Amino acid sequence: MTVHTSPEPGLAPFAIAGRTFSSRLFVGTGKYATYPLMQQSLEASGCEVVTVAVRRERLVNERGESLLDFIDTSRYTILPNTAGCFSAADAVRVARLGRELLDQIGNPGRDWVKLEVLGDKKTLLPDPVGTIEATRTLVADGFQVLVYTSDDPISAQRIKDAGAAAVMPAGSPIGSGQGVLNRNNIVLCLELLKHADPRYPVIVDAGVGSASDVSIAMELGADGVLLNTAIAHAREPVMMAHAMRKACEAGRQSYLAGRIDKKMYATASSPMEGTISYIPGE
Amino acid sequence: MQIILNGQPSEQPEPLTVHGLIERLGLARAICAVEVNSQVIPRAEHESRTVHDGDHVEVVTLVGGG
Repeated sequence: MTVHTSPEPGLAPFAIAGRTFSSRLFVGTGKYATYPLMQQSLEASGCEVVTVAVRRERLVNERGESLLDFIDTSRYTILPNTAGCFSAADAVRVARLGRELLDQIGNPGRDWVKLEVLGDKKTLLPDPVGTIEATRTLVADGFQVLVYTSDDPISAQRIKDAGAAAVMPAGSPIGSGQGVLNRNNIVLCLELLKHADPRYPVIVDAGVGSASDVSIAMELGADGVLLNTAIAHAREPVMMAHAMRKACEAGRQSYLAGRIDKKMYATASSPMEGTISYIPGE
Repeated sequence: MQIILNGQPSEQPEPLTVHGLIERLGLARAICAVEVNSQVIPRAEHESRTVHDGDHVEVVTLVGGG
């Protein structure tokens, strides 16, 4: 048994798409009541990667503020998404526009894209065929493609085979706050994707509602968690961001430390031997 | 001439470059990306690329998202 003296063992940096990060929490920038609240929440979450969306020009909000005024682009890697795209062709266009925008900022995320090809407006579930098609096109175009997908293990494998830099299965539908609905599928995704390739990054993306959901995903062995609404729409977003940071670290350490097996019956933590009391049945 | 700008018909003078268009929109110094007929026009080509009648132009930027 190793005795760790470091105050936080097991929280080593990890690599994804050619870059190395300390934080395993990826945080979205959408749906905050104000930009300053977003800025404080990102800070409290400890994240190093933030997701953004590409939309038709409306460069200032009602207060005359722009998103980029509140994101330190020298500090965060910006991961543009293709949210709202319902075809591979549109997702590829949006990815290329995102790259052009990040080029202008000089951000290291310029070749990164969080690929979403959606199949249905109500559930925001991904279109697996369009997702794979867009992954292939973007990989061939030099992108590091981090791919949002369902928790279906075979889809996940096909996306990896198409050249994705990371596969990001959803815990539950986007923004639903239902947490990790099918732990078995997440475990199967991890087994398949990491078979003979243990460093292949798998990020649980979408569905987080509370800090314990992040811990559960990390305890299953995910490399990270991507979330947005759970912080942005919490009653106290900054406090929730703190909770998410700790939950992510706790889940990672719990995974690495190795949980005990579940047993049917109790096993006493105090020795039975030497007790002065009457023990029934003995 | 008439172009389709961010999904809406828009009257524009001729001749017009991409740079001229974003200048007219007050976006010359802004972080924005331009697509003409589904092809991204890199910033370095904004001054040389001409916009033609009937072109579909998208001007986009980064916003909050998950």
